[in-house]
Amino acid sequence: MTARKDLLGLEDLSADEIVTILDNARTFREVLDRPIPKVPSLRGMTAANLFFEPSTRTRLSFELAEKRLSADTVNFQTSGSSVSKGETLRDTARNIEAMGIHLVVIRHQASGAPHYLARHLEAGVINAGDGTHEHPTQGLLDIYTMREQRGRIAGLRVAIVGDVMHSRVARSNMWGLVKLGAEVVIAGPPTMMPAEVERFGVSVARSVDEAIEGADVVNILRIQLERQCAGLYPSLREYARVYGVTAERIRRAKPDVTVMHPGPMNRGVEIAQDVADGEHSVILQQVTNGVAVRMAVLYLLSRREPSGDVAESETPSVEATKNHDEPTLSPRR
Amino acid sequence: MTNPLCLRGGRVLDPARGIDRVQDLWIEGGKIAGWGEDAPSALRSNPKAEIVDVRGAVVCPGLVDIHVHLREPGQEDRETIETGARAAVRGGFATVACMPNTDPPLDDRPRVEYVRRRGLEVGLARVLPIAAVTKGQQGMELTEIEDLVEAGAVAISDDGKPVRNAELMRRALELTRDLGIPVIQHAEDPDLKGVGVMHEGWVSTRMGLKGIPDIAESVIVARDVLLAELTGGHVHVAHVSAAKTVDLIRQARARGIRITGETAPHYLVLTDEAVEGYDTSAKMNPPLRSERDRDALIEAVQDGTLDCLATDHAPHTDIDKDGDFDSAPFGIVGLETALGVYLKALVEPGHLTLPGLIARMTVEPYRVLGRRGGTLEPGAEADVTVFDPSHRWTVRASEFASKGRNTPFEGWELPGRVLLTLVGGRTVFRAETSEATLR
Ligand SMILES: [Zn+2]
Repeated sequence: MTARKDLLGLEDLSADEIVTILDNARTFREVLDRPIPKVPSLRGMTAANLFFEPSTRTRLSFELAEKRLSADTVNFQTSGSSVSKGETLRDTARNIEAMGIHLVVIRHQASGAPHYLARHLEAGVINAGDGTHEHPTQGLLDIYTMREQRGRIAGLRVAIVGDVMHSRVARSNMWGLVKLGAEVVIAGPPTMMPAEVERFGVSVARSVDEAIEGADVVNILRIQLERQCAGLYPSLREYARVYGVTAERIRRAKPDVTVMHPGPMNRGVEIAQDVADGEHSVILQQVTNGVAVRMAVLYLLSRREPSGDVAESETPSVEATKNHDEPTLSPRR
Repeated sequence: MTNPLCLRGGRVLDPARGIDRVQDLWIEGGKIAGWGEDAPSALRSNPKAEIVDVRGAVVCPGLVDIHVHLREPGQEDRETIETGARAAVRGGFATVACMPNTDPPLDDRPRVEYVRRRGLEVGLARVLPIAAVTKGQQGMELTEIEDLVEAGAVAISDDGKPVRNAELMRRALELTRDLGIPVIQHAEDPDLKGVGVMHEGWVSTRMGLKGIPDIAESVIVARDVLLAELTGGHVHVAHVSAAKTVDLIRQARARGIRITGETAPHYLVLTDEAVEGYDTSAKMNPPLRSERDRDALIEAVQDGTLDCLATDHAPHTDIDKDGDFDSAPFGIVGLETALGVYLKALVEPGHLTLPGLIARMTVEPYRVLGRRGGTLEPGAEADVTVFDPSHRWTVRASEFASKGRNTPFEGWELPGRVLLTLVGGRTVFRAETSEATLR
C-alpha cells in the first residue's frame, strides 16, 4: 500500500493491501473514541477535496478524516455543469500542481476522472467516487463494517441488492469482497445488471428473496429512478414492490444478519423504514467507520516519498508528540 | 506538360486485371502509358524520360479511402481540405471521399462544389465529396440528390448519425437506385446507443462506462437489408464493427441484395481492451468491440463480405481529446497509418494476400461508389502509389501532416513505408529520406 501513489479503486488492490488498510482503520477507529480524537500524522501536508459532483456525506467524511490527521485542507466544489468538463479537469490538474498540494480527493461524475488526475499529478489521488465506476473508500468501509460485525470476510455470504449497473459502491464491494473470499450474490432489475457481471466472481440471483436466502450481510444499493435509471424501470412503486428490502424479506437471511446501506436512503423504496432503523441495521456505524477508513487511506498514501519512491525503513507511524496517548501505527505490508 | 516517367523495376500490382509482376511502369501525359515491354517503344527510348528506380517496392494503383472527415468547412482547427489531402498522399492515398458532416453540412450544391474546387486547388489527393441524405443532416427532409450528384457528389450519407427514419431511407434508396451511387449508412440505433461511450461488455462493466451494444449497429443493418431488397437501391454500410452485422450482410448478399460494407483499421487490430486506463485515443464510434467481433471482421474482409477497407479518418484537436472519457469526442485519425495497420493486421498473418489487400483499397472502393478506377490499365489516370512493404517505421503522431494527433497507434512499429504517391501523373508525395531508395 505504501508503494502506491493513488487509491483509484479496489480492482487494483491485492487482498493484502486491503487487509493493511482495514487493520490501520481499526487503530484509527480507536482514536476516534478518544476525548481528543486527533493525531498529527498529516501535519504540514495539504489535502484538496475536489467535488465536481455534490456529496455532502462523503465530503464531510473526508474533511473530518483530514482534520483528525491534522492536515490542512482546501475544498473545491462545482456544479459540474460547466461548458467543457474536460477542460475543467485539465485546468484543475494544473492548479493543483501549482498549489503544492500533497493529496487530492476527487469525486467526479465521469468514470475515470481520478485516473486522469493521477496520471497528470505528482500528488496522491484518492477516488471519492467516479461516475459509475468505483467508490473505493465506501467499499472499504463496507468491508470494514462487515468484518467488525461478523469477525471475518472469508466465507461470508453477502447479498448486494439493487441497481448494480450504475453503482460504483457495488463495483468496489464486489472487487473487495471477492478478493477477501466472500461469497457474493447480487440481485436487481435485469435492466440494471451490467453486461457479463458474473466476471467479477459473483453470482446473479433471480430474485431478491433468492439473494437474501441465508445471507450474513445484505447491502442495499441506493436507487435513482428519477435520474439515472429513467426508462430502465417502470416506477418507484413497482421497484419498491419487487426489489424493496422489507422486514419480511430480511427474515430469509441468517437470524443475526447485518443490514447495510451506503446512504442517503430512499426509505420505503429500496429499503423499508423498519429495516433501515431495525435491530440488524449498522447504517450509522458505517458512517463512523467511514472516517476511520479514510484516515487510514490518507495516512498510508501520505507515507509515500514525494519522489514516488518509498523508503522502506521510514514508516515512523504517527509521530511522537507531547501527547503520549497517540497511537503508534505502522502500516503492514 | 511534364516529361514521361518510368517507375523502374518495381513489383507492379494491378488487382483489377490480375497483374502481379516485376516490371517497369510508364507514365506519359498524366496517364498510364504501358508496362514493361508493353509500353510504346518510342517512349522507352525517349531520352527525356525521368527514370525512378523502385526496385524492391510495390507499385499499385493509388489507394482510395472511401471514408474520411476533412472538417472543412467549419472546423478548420481540426483539419482542412489541404491538411487532410496532405495526410492522404503521405499515407499513399490518391483519392479520398469525404463525409458531409462538416459545419455547415454538405447538403447543397455550393458546398459540394466548394469541396470539389478546394480539393482541385490544393492539388494533392483527389477529393470526392459525399453529400448529405437529409437537409442539415437533420433526418427530416431529403436533399436535392440529383443536383448534388451533378455537382460532384459520389454518394450520399448522413454519416455521424444514421438515417433514422425508415421511410426516408426507403425514398433515398429509390431516388439513388438508378443514379448508380450508394446510400452510405452510419448504422447505429440512437436509442440503443443512448449515452454509450464504448462497447457494451465486460470491459465497460468493469470500467463503469456506459456501453453501446453491438446490436445498436446490427438492427439498423437488418432494417436496411429489407429496404434495399424492397427498393433495389444500394446500401453501403460504413465502418462495420460487429460480427452480427457481418452475418446480416453476408446473408443478404447471398440473396442478391445490393448491400456492401467497409471497415476501418482499428477494428482489425484493437478490441475494447484498448480503452483500459480511460484512453480517449481509443474512443471511436462505432466502438472497438470484442475479440470475437474482430475475428469475424477479418474473416469478412477475407471472403469479400466487407468489400473495401476505409480509414474513417476523424481528426480532433488535442484539447478535444484531453480530459475525461465521457466528454471526449469520438474518432481517431487514420490516413497516415492505415496502410501499415492493414499490412500488419491482414497480410503479415496471412489472412489476405498483398494483391487482395490492394484490391480492397483501390478498385473495390471505386466499385462501391459505382465508378471505374483503381487500376493501372493503359490510358487510365496515372494515380499510383509506391511503397516498400518490408520497411518498418514507428508511428509518431507529432510528425503527421494531419492536424489530428488522435491515434491509438502512437509508438507502434508498422510495416509499409509509402515512398511515392502520384495523382494524374504528378508527384504529390515523395518520402523525404528515400533518396537512397528512389533513384
Ligand atoms: Zn460514421
